[in-house]
Amino acid sequence: MPTWAQFVLLSAAKSVVVIIILLTAVAYAVWLERKVVGRMQNRWGPTRVGPFGLLQPLADGIKFILKEDIIPTNVYKPLYIAAPMISVALALMSIAVVPFGEQLRFGSFSTPAQITDVNVALLVLLGVTSVAVYGVALAGWSSNSKYSLLGSLRASAQMVSYEASLGLSLIGVLLLSGSLSLREIVNGQSGTYFGFLPRWNFFPQFIAFFVYLTAAFAETNRIPFDLPEAETELVAGYHTEYSSMKFAMFFMAEYTNMFTVACVGTLLFFGGWHGPALTFLPMVVQSFVPLFWFAFKIFLFLFLYIWIRGTLPRFRYDQLMAFGWKVLLPIALANIVLTSLYIGLTTP
Amino acid sequence: MPQNYIPIFLFMLVALAIPVVTLVIAKAVRPDNPHATKLMPYECGIDPVDTARARYTVRFYIVAILFVVFDVETIFLFPWAVQFKMLGWFGFVEMMVFLAILVVGYVWIWKKGALEWV
Repeated sequence: MPTWAQFVLLSAAKSVVVIIILLTAVAYAVWLERKVVGRMQNRWGPTRVGPFGLLQPLADGIKFILKEDIIPTNVYKPLYIAAPMISVALALMSIAVVPFGEQLRFGSFSTPAQITDVNVALLVLLGVTSVAVYGVALAGWSSNSKYSLLGSLRASAQMVSYEASLGLSLIGVLLLSGSLSLREIVNGQSGTYFGFLPRWNFFPQFIAFFVYLTAAFAETNRIPFDLPEAETELVAGYHTEYSSMKFAMFFMAEYTNMFTVACVGTLLFFGGWHGPALTFLPMVVQSFVPLFWFAFKIFLFLFLYIWIRGTLPRFRYDQLMAFGWKVLLPIALANIVLTSLYIGLTTP
Repeated sequence: MPQNYIPIFLFMLVALAIPVVTLVIAKAVRPDNPHATKLMPYECGIDPVDTARARYTVRFYIVAILFVVFDVETIFLFPWAVQFKMLGWFGFVEMMVFLAILVVGYVWIWKKGALEWV
């Protein structure tokens, strides 16, 4: 087999494996959220389907597929059908450039634990995630319903407002690492500060991390920024008119975006797959230890998401916009000035 | 390396196939009993009043314009940040001048009330 064919086959195989793992993880993130929020609110969460309700995501999936798909008469059909597909496809696509670990070894065969390593990975990721606003905007407009339109306007305005702060918060990390390649950013975080503190960008850039986390919550429309689907005001926001599998796609897109946020946060601020070496494990498992640390950090991020959902109330819309433009943006700008000044003073 | 971008497009194909395949499967197995009232736009159970293509507040347009300004600025900052250590103090001063101009504009839109919602 020629090398290019091997290359294409290997990437295609990796893509399929990553998407299957990602979709499973998304399904179980929903289960985790219901379970954890349930316990935080002093109830059990799903318990009926399988042990600990573990088969609940499967049951939900089957139910979504078997439900009647109601397409209202006055929707603009091409965009109405395209919108959820855009949302979910773009949400999945942002994982294409995320590195999960170093080399994966199976006997003599070894391959990087990443779909592809491009030197502008972070730009690709930001580009893909900012196109995601089209899914929301088109869904609301094409539904031809008042609630959908208002929900999508709110969502679009919120997403673009916080995108500026999100982009600015990443600049601090780029100043430190001097690279847009996610792999190099992670490798720049190996080692320790003062011999005991991991050399994570989180410590010098904790302001940037706060801005990133807040902006990312707003980007993914999660509590306390879930105004687009504020059910007491807007029924279900931009996906009011969606049912069955198309609704499930918006749902999947939202949770996949949570994973993307967690991945970027882990890679940029928390040292990616770096963690204590577990040398007591057998050699066969050794090459999966970085993957384990990566997954563990992602899990902590998801838990934070759920924790905050169980804790905070929702913002009012004017508060939301004021917070984005008047608080986060100046903080992000000040962080850039301070970081560049510090780097300029310390590097000869 | 340009060939490193090929897997992104492969991944895009797989990612697009997921919604298409699930929609096709769902179409084959789900029931389909349309009814005129079922297909009305949702409006809390009453007949829809007025059109949904109504006018909305001009604030949303202002936010969109501000977004363009600040997002373009962010894109300018990316290459600068990556090359910062090489550019040295020259790069620092250049970017501070750029940011100062931007902050003047930012203060102006704040004073003008473009950031107020109501």
